[in-house]
Amino acid sequence: MSKKRWLVAGGSIAAAVAGLAGPAFAGWDGLNMTKGVTELSEKIYDLHMLIFEVCLVIAAIVFGAMIYALVRFRKSKGAVADTSHVHSTAYEIAWTLLPVAILIAMAVPAARALVVIEDTRNSELTIKVTGYQWKWQYDYLDSGVSFFSTLAESSNFARERGSGIDPNTVENYLLEVDQHVVIPVDTKVRVLLTANDVIHAWWVPALGMKKDAIPGFVNEIWIKAHALGTYRGQCAELCGRDHGFMPIVVDVVSKEDFNHWVEVHKAPAETVPAAPQAQAAPADAAATPTSSTNR
Amino acid sequence: MATSHAHDTAHGHHDAKPYGMSRWLFTTNHKDIGTLYLTFACIMFFIGGAMALLIRAELWHPGLQILDPVTFNALTTNHALVMIFGAVMPAWVGFANWMIPMQIGSPDMALPRMNNYSFWILPFAFTLLLGSMFVPGGGPAGGWTLYPPLSLQAGNSLPMTVFAIHLMGASSIMGAINIIVTITNLRLKNMSLLHLPLFVWTWLITAYLLIAVMPVLAGAVTMLLTDHFFGTRFFSAAGGGDPVMFQHIFWFFGHPEVYILVLPAFGIVSEVIPAFSRKPLFGYDAMVYAVASIAFLSFIVWAHHMFTVGMPLAAQLFFMLSTMLIAVPTGVKVFNWTATMWRGSLSFEPPMLFALAFLFLFSIGGFSGLMLAIVPADFQYQDTYFVVAHFHYVLVPGAIFGIMAGVYYWLPKWTGHMYDMKLATWHFWLSAIFVNVLFFPQHFLGLAGMPRRIPDYATQFTDWNMVSSIGAFAFGLSQLLFPYIIWKCVRGGAKATDDVWEGSHGLEWLLPSPPPYHSWETAPTIQFGEEAGEYDPHAKH
Repeated sequence: MSKKRWLVAGGSIAAAVAGLAGPAFAGWDGLNMTKGVTELSEKIYDLHMLIFEVCLVIAAIVFGAMIYALVRFRKSKGAVADTSHVHSTAYEIAWTLLPVAILIAMAVPAARALVVIEDTRNSELTIKVTGYQWKWQYDYLDSGVSFFSTLAESSNFARERGSGIDPNTVENYLLEVDQHVVIPVDTKVRVLLTANDVIHAWWVPALGMKKDAIPGFVNEIWIKAHALGTYRGQCAELCGRDHGFMPIVVDVVSKEDFNHWVEVHKAPAETVPAAPQAQAAPADAAATPTSSTNR
Repeated sequence: MATSHAHDTAHGHHDAKPYGMSRWLFTTNHKDIGTLYLTFACIMFFIGGAMALLIRAELWHPGLQILDPVTFNALTTNHALVMIFGAVMPAWVGFANWMIPMQIGSPDMALPRMNNYSFWILPFAFTLLLGSMFVPGGGPAGGWTLYPPLSLQAGNSLPMTVFAIHLMGASSIMGAINIIVTITNLRLKNMSLLHLPLFVWTWLITAYLLIAVMPVLAGAVTMLLTDHFFGTRFFSAAGGGDPVMFQHIFWFFGHPEVYILVLPAFGIVSEVIPAFSRKPLFGYDAMVYAVASIAFLSFIVWAHHMFTVGMPLAAQLFFMLSTMLIAVPTGVKVFNWTATMWRGSLSFEPPMLFALAFLFLFSIGGFSGLMLAIVPADFQYQDTYFVVAHFHYVLVPGAIFGIMAGVYYWLPKWTGHMYDMKLATWHFWLSAIFVNVLFFPQHFLGLAGMPRRIPDYATQFTDWNMVSSIGAFAFGLSQLLFPYIIWKCVRGGAKATDDVWEGSHGLEWLLPSPPPYHSWETAPTIQFGEEAGEYDPHAKH
């Protein structure tokens, strides 16, 4: 009787939600994860959408059943309790095994992606990132370019209490630095992460990965970006007073522009390896060459 | 279950008790101590809530308006510590004190003096903890997870926080021992373990979790203390130590702790949903096994809190799979609760409303938990507002709504008066609506890239932060109804019957409302299981 009707209704609700949610949510800027511009960020995004849709379907079925029960079995509508309905081995086995099957189905693509994520071999460029309270140091191990990257002055003034500056008037408020990281497009870049004082985490959403920078440890991730642009992120592990004020800005540039940028920045880095000097070097045109800005 | 004789309710003349302050200071009575715990939890809920409102006020708009970053960090740290150790855990011990003796047919807790002691430690612990906000160097600003090396940069607040945690741990362990001893020794002779009410079951398992993990936390914070003051280098890489080891130890405590906070809520919901469905709990045995499985799994999933710390591939896969497994027993519980309502006769009094909100909203927290278990996706979610949304969905509509369902369920039993149902229904709707306004947008913020624990944010996050802050203030202010409703009910109201609810079922409802000072001076004769025959919620006496 009503059981069949509910199954049909529940199934069609689930299908409708799943069908609509995918494309719709993907298009809502600021509500969903960014798809990003790297091989890994896209893999991760796809996994995120897959598990999200699986959850939506399960939610539609489970919440559907709950809502049906709330409507159908109301005492005020004359429902009488069936007190013998207390146990069903068949149902209980089913709703134990079904989730197991769904979870295995989810675990397989997740494990596959993880194997790729952890494979940092065959990189063409290595950058060591060191977290400090509260700035980042970047060392290009292949070319010797080295510099610190700190919160841009404009944001730094505006963020003071009582500064009188409306953050909305500051371009890229809290997401701009004095010196951008520059990486070449379509190149597998290995990023080594460590820290000098407390634990930080290096995260640029559009590049897909986040990993902790820990004193005494070297973690590694890899990035292979396929779109030119400027991508912004932040420290993601609480690191003290100015945790919210040590952003990361990465410029993905063409290989030629990158080689040029290395040449320009190499000289001062060789003669005066001390970082403050590099920091004082002008954030020149090479550092801001590209078009789109990723939020 | 059915009684073979009417219970003798003439207990009044035994109820000699001291009056005034000394009644509360020296009490060894389970009901008085339960009341103390619940009152303490309520006060801490509002202190922790006030901290949350300061945080949400600062996050109303980008830029720093009212707090400096150090105070902000101290507030997030203490908000968590106060809510976890001050509000939720003491509330559950309060429920255990009030309800376990009444539900298992015992006159009191097994270890009444230790019971008194375990409560009276708490005001001292929280004087230390809250006092740490006012010492030179400011409050503990390293987050409630106290990760070194950051937490070691604290000033005088560090030893205060550490000693406060030691005291809370001692209190919890004593409470847990008392509960285990009471359940194992003082229940009715013929009440087998598989006849225990679900609330008693969940607390029995919770108590074992507490005894297993509170010493682990105590060890971790003691190592912080010696690293800071006595020259050890447990967590200092420069001295041959390992900062990541702290995280492993902390989360070995921390994950079971999550279930310590929420298992008793499972118990209460498992009492409330059958009562207002006028039907026994569906799949009682499966529910017990599910709770036990969750408790077991909670010991082997800890590293899912730290996937970004850099672990070997095999370890990441193991912790992903074990974490996903938790969805299975949790699913069993949700399905069984739904099946309990199926073919029931539902009514929607305030306890049922809170239990239903628990069912829906805790499930949402479960779904985001499943998403967080997927390691590659977690690399994006970790340490963002998505995580904040997830654990608040599990803890506010989970643990806190469980507490509210429990209070509204048993309050007439405790006080002997009915409370203002209309006002309580208002309390429910305001809470249920605004808890979503408060926490749902935080999913969006996290996915869009907002890290957690930042006092100021980039301007594209403004809109949802404003929505969240509006939700926070509306939710917070609606909670003022809760103590008002309770106070009004304690002062007077329509006389509650012994049953209170039409579908209520269990030993506590055989006692008068309010129950005598000592619950069961004579053990009642009750039949369980097969001997008891057909289930009939009305045939209680």
